[in-house]
Parts: sequence; C-alpha cells; structure tokens
Amino acid sequence: MRRAVIAFTAFLGGLILLLAAPAHAADPEQSLRGTLKLQGQPVNGVKIVVTTESGQPVQEVTSNAQGAWEVPIAEPGPYKVTLDVGTLPKDVEVRGGTNVRSLTVYEGNPATALFALQAKSADGAPPGDDGASSAFWQRAAQLTFEGFNLGLIIALAALGLSLIYGTTGLTNFAHGELVTLGALIAYGFNTGIGLHLIPAAALAVIVAGGLGYSQDRFFWGQLRRRGTGIIAMMIISIGVALFLRYLFLIVFGGESDSFVQYNAQPGMQIGPISAAPKNLVAMGIELTVLVVVGIALLRTRTGKAARAVADNPALAASSGINVDRVIRIIWTMGGAIAGLAGIMLGLSQNLKFTMGQDLLLLIFAGVTLGGLGTAFGALIGSIIVGLFVQVSTLWIPPELKNVGALAVLIIVLLFRPQGILGRRERIG
Amino acid sequence: MDWTTIISTTVKAAIGVETVWYALAAIGINIHFGYTGLLNFGQSAFLAVAGYGLAVTVTVIGLPFWIGIVVGLAAAVLLALLLGIPTLRLRADYLAIVTIAAAEIVRLIFRSVAFKDVFGGSDGRRGFSDGFYALNPYPDGTYGFGWFTFNERVLWVLTIGWILVGLSCAVVYLLMKSPWGRVLKAIREDEDAVRSLGKNVFSYKMQSLILGGVIGSLGGFIYGLAYASVQPDIFGTETTFFAYTIVILGGAARVFGPVVGSMIFWVLLVLVNGVLSGAVQSGFITFMDITQVGPFRFLLVGLGLILLLVYRPQGIFGDKREIAIDAR
Amino acid sequence: MHAETTKEQKTAALAAFKDLAREPGVPKPDPILVVDNVVRRFGGLTAVEVEHVEVQRGSITALIGPNGAGKTTFFNQLTGFDTADSGQWTFNGRNMNGVPAHKVARSGMVRTFQLTKALSKLTVLENMRLGAQAQKGETFWRALVPSLWRGQEDEITERAEELLTRFKLDAKRDDFAGSLSGGQRKLLEMARALMVRPELVMLDEPMAGVNPALTQSLLGHVKDLREQGMTVLFVEHDMDMVRDISDWVIVMAQGNVIAEGPPDTIMSDSRVIDAYLGAHHDAPLSEDELEQQLHEAEEELVAENEEEAKK
Ligand SMILES: Nc1ncnc2c1ncn2[C@@H]1O[C@H](COP(=O)(O)OP(=O)(O)O)[C@@H](O)[C@H]1O
Ligand SMILES: [Mg+2]
Repeated sequence: MRRAVIAFTAFLGGLILLLAAPAHAADPEQSLRGTLKLQGQPVNGVKIVVTTESGQPVQEVTSNAQGAWEVPIAEPGPYKVTLDVGTLPKDVEVRGGTNVRSLTVYEGNPATALFALQAKSADGAPPGDDGASSAFWQRAAQLTFEGFNLGLIIALAALGLSLIYGTTGLTNFAHGELVTLGALIAYGFNTGIGLHLIPAAALAVIVAGGLGYSQDRFFWGQLRRRGTGIIAMMIISIGVALFLRYLFLIVFGGESDSFVQYNAQPGMQIGPISAAPKNLVAMGIELTVLVVVGIALLRTRTGKAARAVADNPALAASSGINVDRVIRIIWTMGGAIAGLAGIMLGLSQNLKFTMGQDLLLLIFAGVTLGGLGTAFGALIGSIIVGLFVQVSTLWIPPELKNVGALAVLIIVLLFRPQGILGRRERIG
Repeated sequence: MDWTTIISTTVKAAIGVETVWYALAAIGINIHFGYTGLLNFGQSAFLAVAGYGLAVTVTVIGLPFWIGIVVGLAAAVLLALLLGIPTLRLRADYLAIVTIAAAEIVRLIFRSVAFKDVFGGSDGRRGFSDGFYALNPYPDGTYGFGWFTFNERVLWVLTIGWILVGLSCAVVYLLMKSPWGRVLKAIREDEDAVRSLGKNVFSYKMQSLILGGVIGSLGGFIYGLAYASVQPDIFGTETTFFAYTIVILGGAARVFGPVVGSMIFWVLLVLVNGVLSGAVQSGFITFMDITQVGPFRFLLVGLGLILLLVYRPQGIFGDKREIAIDAR
Repeated sequence: MHAETTKEQKTAALAAFKDLAREPGVPKPDPILVVDNVVRRFGGLTAVEVEHVEVQRGSITALIGPNGAGKTTFFNQLTGFDTADSGQWTFNGRNMNGVPAHKVARSGMVRTFQLTKALSKLTVLENMRLGAQAQKGETFWRALVPSLWRGQEDEITERAEELLTRFKLDAKRDDFAGSLSGGQRKLLEMARALMVRPELVMLDEPMAGVNPALTQSLLGHVKDLREQGMTVLFVEHDMDMVRDISDWVIVMAQGNVIAEGPPDTIMSDSRVIDAYLGAHHDAPLSEDELEQQLHEAEEELVAENEEEAKK
C-alpha cells in the first residue's frame, strides 16, 4: 500500500511538471457554436441561422472577428444550422457543398457545427483526407484531458469525504453542499465585495476550512459525543444537505452565474488539445494541493495519525493519538479542499446552487471505487471516474455520461463489494 | 391575509393527492428501512418505472390502461431484482450509495434526448389517464362538505389512493406480526445471526425490496393519474429523501407511521407556505420575496429532519426500544 | 438436570478417545466432522492452514489456542460465513465446502459468535422462535394468513419456553434481548441455537464475559448437550473449564493444528507451551506458572469483551 501511495504521489508530481502549460473549459449551459476559418484566418460577418428540426426559427447570428459564433439553446434537442452562403466572402465556399447541418444539442453541453470553408477557385479535388480517424483521436485526447480535469476536482472533494468516513464512520451526503459552499463564498467575495478572484478564492478556501472546523466542533462532534449511530448520522447529513441546498437557492437564486474574472477565456491549441489557460492553472493548483495533502498524509505526524485513525479508530485511540483532534483537523482540511474543488468547478463550469449536489454521486463513485475510508483509494477512484465520464462521451451521448460512471460503480461493487482498495469486514 | 384559504388548503392537504402518493412511497421505505434495515435511497426509481411503465404502455404502445398498470408493476418487480442482486450483499453505507446511483441512472435515462421518442425527455409523458377516469363512478360535480370539497376527478383519485394506502397498511400489519416479519426485523438487527439460524437472508431482503418497491410504485401510479402526466424530475432523489423524512416523522417500523407522517408533513408544508406567502404579500415579512417561500419550506424540511433524528429518532409513534436508526 | 445423573454419553466419548494417538489430525472412530487442507489468507497473513482434523460424534471437543491463532476464522470457514481459499470438509459425510451459511445451519451444524449476537430489539421469546426451522409462517404468502401458521407457532413457542426454563431465562421471556446482561445473552444465544435442533453445536468462546455465577450453569448446559446426543465443538480460554467439560482438546497456533489430546495432559505438551509462550521461552514452566499466565491472558480478554459489550 505504502509503495502504491508513493508511486501515486510521484505520478501526480510528474504531471504537474508536464502540465506546466494547457487546459480547457466546458461551457456551461447548452449552446450551438462554431468557428469559421479559411486557411487559418477567421472569417467574420457570415450569417448563421439556427432553426428547430421542423424549421421554427431560433436565432440568427453573424460570426465575429475571431470567426466565432454562438447561439444559446434553451431546450436540448435536434436543431438545424444553416450558413447563409450569400454572406460569405466572394471567393469562398463551403466544402462538401451543403450549407446545412443537423445536430442534437444535449443538456449542459455545447454542440459544434462544423463548416469547412475553401477558396472557390481551388479545383474540386479535396486534399487527401484521413479526417475520420484523426478526428476521433483528437477528440479522444481532448476528452481525456477534460476527464483528467474533472477527475482532479472530484478527487479534491473525495479526499475529505473519504477521510471523514474513515475517521468518524459518517457517509456525508452533505459533502456536495460543501463543494457548492466554497464556490459561492468565493463568488460572494468576488462579486459582492469586488475582490479579484484570486484573493477571493484564497479567502473562500480559508472560510470553507473554518466552516468545516465549526461543523465538526459544534455539530458532528457533539453528535458523536451523544453516541449517535452511523445510520442516524447518515440521515442527518441528508437533512444538512437539504438545509444547505435550499439556503443556497434562497441566497444565490436558481440561475447560474460565473465569476467576474476568467469567465470567457479563449482556448489555446496545445497539440491535439484545446484548453483555456485558466484550466491549466486550475489543474496545476489541484495537482499541487493533492500532492501536498498526499505528502502530508505520508510524512507529517498529523497525517500519519489521520491515517491510523481512519484505519482503526479504537486502536489509534489506545495508542495515544488524540482522535478528536485528528478528526477536527480532517474536517477543517476536508472543508477547505472541498471548497477549493467548488471554486475550481465554478471556474470550468458555471456556478449554480446544485453544482455540488450534481457532483456528489461522482464523488461517491470515486470514493467507493477506491474503497470507503481509504485516502489514496479515493484519489485513484476519482480520477478513474473523471476520465471515464468524459471519455465515454466518445461513444455515448454526453447527457448519459454520468449513467456510465454510475453503472461502472455498481458493476465494480458487484465483484468487489468492499471497493477496489477497501478491506473486508470481519465476522464473528 | 386570507386565513380561510390558508386553513382550508391546509386541512385539505391532510388527505390530498400529495399525502397519498408520498404515504405509499413511505410505506415502501418503512418496509425496507424500518423493518428490514435496508437503506434503499432509490425509492423514487420504483415510482418512476411504474409511472412510466403505465404512461409508455398507453401513449406509445397504445395498449389499454389496465395493461399499463400490469406493465408498471412488472417494471417495479424487475427493478427490485436488478437493484437487489448487486446491492443486497453490500454494507449499509454502500447500499445507500448504490441505490441512489441506480435511481439517478433511471431518472437520467427517462429524461435523455436519446430516448425522447419513448419517454418524452424532460417533459415526460401525458395523456394516459383517460382509461382510469373512464372508470370513475362519480358523476360530474363537486363533493364534500365545508372545506373538504373536491371535484369528481380528484375524488376518484383519492378514493383509489386511500384504498391502496389502507390495503398496504393491512398487508404490512399482517406480515410484520407473522414469522416472516420476524425474520425481517431480525435481519435489521444482525444478519449474521439470522444466517446462523438457517434463514436465507438474501432471499428475505429481496422479498422485502420487492414488496416495498411495489407498494412505492403504487405512489407512482397515483401521481401519474392525478396529474395525468409523469416527468422525470418528479422522481428525483429528493422525493426519496422527503419520503424518508416522512417515515422518521411518523415513526419507523410502525404500521401507520408513514401515513400519519405523510399527513403531518404535507399539512405543515402547505401551512408554512400559506402563512409565509400571505405574510410576504401583505408586507409582514420583508426579508424574503415570494419566490423564496418555496425553497424556504424545504430548508425547514432539512432542519426538521436533523432535529427529529437528534431529539426524537423514534418519531411520533415509534418505540424508542425498537427502531432501526439506533441513536446508541 | 446435570450431567452427573446421566453419564452414558460421557463414558462413551471417553472410551472412544482412550486409545487415540496424541497427534494433530489423528483419525477418530466415528467422526461427525472431517476437515482437510482448509486454508484462509488475508493478504499476506495465513490465518488458517489446517491440514487434517476430525471431530468425534457425541463428544465435547475443545478448540484452544492463543489469541489470533485463527480459531474464529476456522469456525467462519466451516460454517460458510467466509469462503476458504481452498480445502474440503464433510459434515456427516456430506461435502460442505462452498455451502452458504444458512444451508450449513439447516444441515445441523450451528454456531454461536464470539461477540454475542443477541437480536437486541426483539424480545427474548422472539429470539427463540426465530431459531425454529421449516416455519410455515416464514414464507411470504402463507405469512399473510395467520390461520396457516398459528398452530405451528404455538408448538414452537412451547418448545422455546421449555428451553428458556431450562436456561433460567423464562422470567425474561417478554423483555427485549438488549436488556439482558452479557452472560444472559450468551445463554440466550446458546438456547436459540438449540431451537435449530442441531447435531453439532459450535460455540465460539461461550464463557467470555460471563460472570462467574453464571459460568457453572453454562457449563452444565454444555455438558447437557452431549447427554442429549449432540456433538459440541467449542473455543475456550479458561483451562479450568476446558479440563472440566471437554473430552478432547485440539490446539491451534498461527493457523495450524499443532496438538491434540485429552484435556488433563494437553497442557504439558511442549508444542502447546511453545505456542502459548513463544518458542524462545526456553525455561520449562511448571503447570502452576502456566496456569497463572493463562489466567492473566484470560482476564485481559474478559475485560476486552466487556468493553466491547459496553459500546
Ligand atoms: N477479516 C479479516 N481481515 C484481515 N485479517 C483477519 C480478518 N479476520 C481475522 N484476521 C486475522 O486472522 C488471524 C486469526 O484471527 P482469529 O480467527 O480471530 O483468531 P482467534 O479467534 O483464534 O483469536 C488474526 O491475525 C487476525 O488478525
Ligand atoms: Mg476468536
């Protein structure tokens, strides 16, 4: 186990170095979009008409100076995109002849309409086109990258959830709300007080940690002292989740919003991957935090104590570890990194009061795959889940990507009821 | 503030449609959780497959209403088997997570664009209840007395709904007094002990899952018929959580606990809604606007669930010495 | 109703053991349970590795060994509560490996647990009734019609009450099992196991955590089981007790059966002394010293068990 942990930490560390450059952003609400380019140069002023499948008009737009156009779509479903050939520059035409594209827009995902442009004077023969297979691999690379990004966010949240479970036996259904909390606090500092996002995020992480601490100090710790059973605590956490969720709805409202800074960063092309700089930075931060926490768990006294408590609380207590103190530190750290996960999620998607709740099952999937209560299992499990969710969209519609991950969770438990790294319980 | 309307809607909520379908969902959960100790957090999926089974059979395939009911019930049994085989051997906490995941899978599939032709996407399905209302023996008109007045359609749904609630309670009563129920309660306490006494624990858990699922699925029918539609998001995890709140409020492992729990739950919810909306509209409350009243009620549900478990885990009727949620 | 009055079974058992070799795995004249090559590993740790062992029908056999020797794990393998990595065993000549726990119990091999598993939110009487086999009211559809199972339930209740009286728990019949003392729970668990009508009763530390006043009566009950024709295999730490009631002793250490023999001589076997005290303890110990050490270990265990029970 120790070996695996060290190897994993080294792996993460290596990634930080490798990735000292790129990442991407999934846009929030669903939309139709595209970029018009001719030989690498943007083509602007081209009219794009979006209609429903049956021809009901939705919206018309023109491409901007970067050649980009985008139409927000309220209802997921099939749409038709028509490029008005008349608005193209004189000597330009759409390759392949047809100027109409039929596409399906899935909830929460942008759909891209591709119009390849070519110079009219060029003689008809298209250049040797190995398009299909290279396009597949390019998408695969892009999705792997996005999956890794998502996996790291899940891992941040999962670490706290798993350690809290290991040390206190609590399956915390309100952990998703701790993720939302971090994002909303940062949003508050960012838009309310007008702090730049970077100090706002730093402050929010500290506040989230403080709230984690107080949650244990004034709530969960008290319940433990009363001897509340683990099932009762699990259901109480559902109460907490409902309470916080609706509190967020009341305070933040039902709409989604984004941070003031970095919200519409243009992507850059890195090899086969297109990524916005903010995502690269976010991944760097996530990796750094995971490595630091990993090292802390392996090397520091408190970290070792935390693992010992997670392993066997009774034994740890009898060997002189102050279990309560360790649990409080775990709650503080857990709250802080869950908050960080929320901010990172808010950076790559939009902020919404349900953002953490929507992530919760993926967090659980990650934690469960790794085996409840094991810190490093949670990391590995989370990254697997993140990758799986994104890469599976190569074959399944994006709206069903979480279905795939949850199905895998169930199948894994079918064969290993204790999770990948978890241990069997004793009988007798 | 219009106290008459507030009080009349509140009183009606005690026997209203919401109370009925949540009571059925909660009776199912009471069998799973209250008596067997199974933390099934996927109850909403049973309601969903039943409601959709009916809706799709009638609207998409075009078969008669009662075949739709049979399909819905069969779907609930099938779901119990599919859900139970991988999960019933798991520890309580894993079981909770996996059942919630399974219910999410069901909901996501129902609302997906890919299956829009069958399940109708996020709009769901409508127009499958004519067969049910064709059987309505009540002629057109308004029935009841005082504040309890319903039109013939609602009255018909409520009649059937409460008959189903009554039958379900009778079945639970008979079963839990029998040796079969004794095995269930013993499994809740310690399944290894039950195994050592020669009982096939897996089979009993499965029977419990099927029974509770089927009773819960009746709630799905009632919802679908009362509103003449089903939508995927009605059957989300929060529905399950509210039903858990109801079970705990009424008292887990009590025959009538879920029914009384549901009545109280909806009476309180409607009352709080009425009073707060009234107060906001007439300017008594200024720190909230009218759109925040809805969420505020559910915030109170969360708070109520916490307080119940901390201070009265046995609920209203429960016996503290005999409940699954032991607050040791 | 103590064994002093009816001693035929004891005499028979002792006669059967009289000429046996004191070797691990020695064949018995009439074995009810025959175990071959059972292995269970937890990661790198081999918790159980039993080459061959037999349990004589109609006897009381003690399974002893230091803490962590693998006794409980061995019980778990035999009773289907855990899957052995490999191995075979037969009960009454029937192959039992891979048989699920409930079927093992139904075939007549019933075990109790080291940490008592009284069903605390059921009454004492309900605990007892649960043990009865082939209950009509335990099938779903018949459960719905009380008249189909009432008669059988009354018979079961009668038998349960007899057993409760024998175990002096009749006064508690309507109390929740959770309200019983540790010793009473052990009694209840044993009585409940008898409701199954087993042929082989496997008791995992039946005396642990029981107060001294109750131990005598528990001992009496165990002896009774043999007189009623049942076979008993039990795990115990207290050597006094082992010597008092067992006809034969099997010693496990580090997963292996290291010695077998009659109770009065087994403790002077050098292999056993090594196992308990570690091989590097080279000074030969007197029987008294040994006893002393064992008692200390036992007290520790009792304290541990009590703590466990308090939780
Ligand atoms: N589920 C398990 N996982 C890992 N190790 C176990 C498990 N069960 C038992 N062990 C180990 O197997 C060995 C035998 O344990 P056990 O059978 O309980 O001993 P005994 O009952 O003789 O005291 C011990 O070292 C124990 O730590
Ligand atoms: Mg043991």
